[in-house]
Amino acid sequence: MSGQRDDDNWAKPVERLEIGAVPEGAKGQTVQGRKLTGPLQGFGQMWQKTYQVRIDGKNPEEIIAVWKSSYGRFWPKTNRFYAPIAGIKPGEVGLITGKSGPVKLSTGVMVLYADDRSFTYMTPEGHPFAGWITFSAHEQADHSMAQVSALIRSNDPIYEAGFMAYGNRAEDKMWQHTLRELARHLGSPHEPTSDRVKVDKKRVWRNFGNIRHNAMLTGLFRRKAH
Amino acid sequence: MPEANVEMSVRDAAPTVRIIDISGEVTAFADSVLSEAFAKASAGEARAVVFNFVGMEYMNSGGIGLLVTTLIRANRNHQQMRAFGLSPHYREILSLTRLDEAIRIYDDEAAAVAGA
Repeated sequence: MSGQRDDDNWAKPVERLEIGAVPEGAKGQTVQGRKLTGPLQGFGQMWQKTYQVRIDGKNPEEIIAVWKSSYGRFWPKTNRFYAPIAGIKPGEVGLITGKSGPVKLSTGVMVLYADDRSFTYMTPEGHPFAGWITFSAHEQADHSMAQVSALIRSNDPIYEAGFMAYGNRAEDKMWQHTLRELARHLGSPHEPTSDRVKVDKKRVWRNFGNIRHNAMLTGLFRRKAH
Repeated sequence: MPEANVEMSVRDAAPTVRIIDISGEVTAFADSVLSEAFAKASAGEARAVVFNFVGMEYMNSGGIGLLVTTLIRANRNHQQMRAFGLSPHYREILSLTRLDEAIRIYDDEAAAVAGA
């Protein structure tokens, strides 16, 4: 029977997300009570995206320790990540404010997995993407590589349209920016590389109804109501 | 890139069912090993590919991602993907990641092969 040496690295099973105290400036309504969505629960075409940057003079554990402790610091200024109070640990929920194209968005992620060399976020219903994003580091020859690897599909038809129009490029820019900032912070001048593969060109029409959870629309209606 | 610490072998379980026996660690580095095993297992008249996780020592989120991309390939071939030998811990993980909505999970090999 398969082993269990990684019990503490995975989040415990959860039916719906529960967020604790919401930091000032963040919004939790589009995360509280939502289910998690993997790549199989989304709507759009499935993509595997990999971004990497070379980092000199640091081992993978050192890179991941810095990345976990200062995660939001490496993001573009247009987006903000509110880290869980307990830190990047399995089962913890982080909140996000930012933009999906021209529209404001509040959403979040749950830490699905975390160890000394990687951590993974999984998205809730209503997030632009269904799937997970893994942040990792590994040795390669005489240096280390920091990597962002996303296995995602847009969550509903509106996000899919946005993804085709601008989201694909915007996401590339976001993670390239993140890796560039991480590398600079760690004293490496190297530029990130990116690679994207369309894993599944089919759209999942049975998940069309995901649109009812769309965090962008939810926020828009809430702002109009006030 | 570190080398994969995993071995996978393919065997026939029934005329249209093949089993992939996994031994070692299922991480993102197992990509080429898994792709090769799945190509062999899904060739010809196979209607179902069964993953035997009894010998799996460890799986991380990269490994879960590999299962998703393999599942997409199976769906493209109109083949079922099944699994057995998962510990309660990894069953929980497949439930948490909602992979159990697409991969049929059984208690043992006989049940996994039956009816495929």
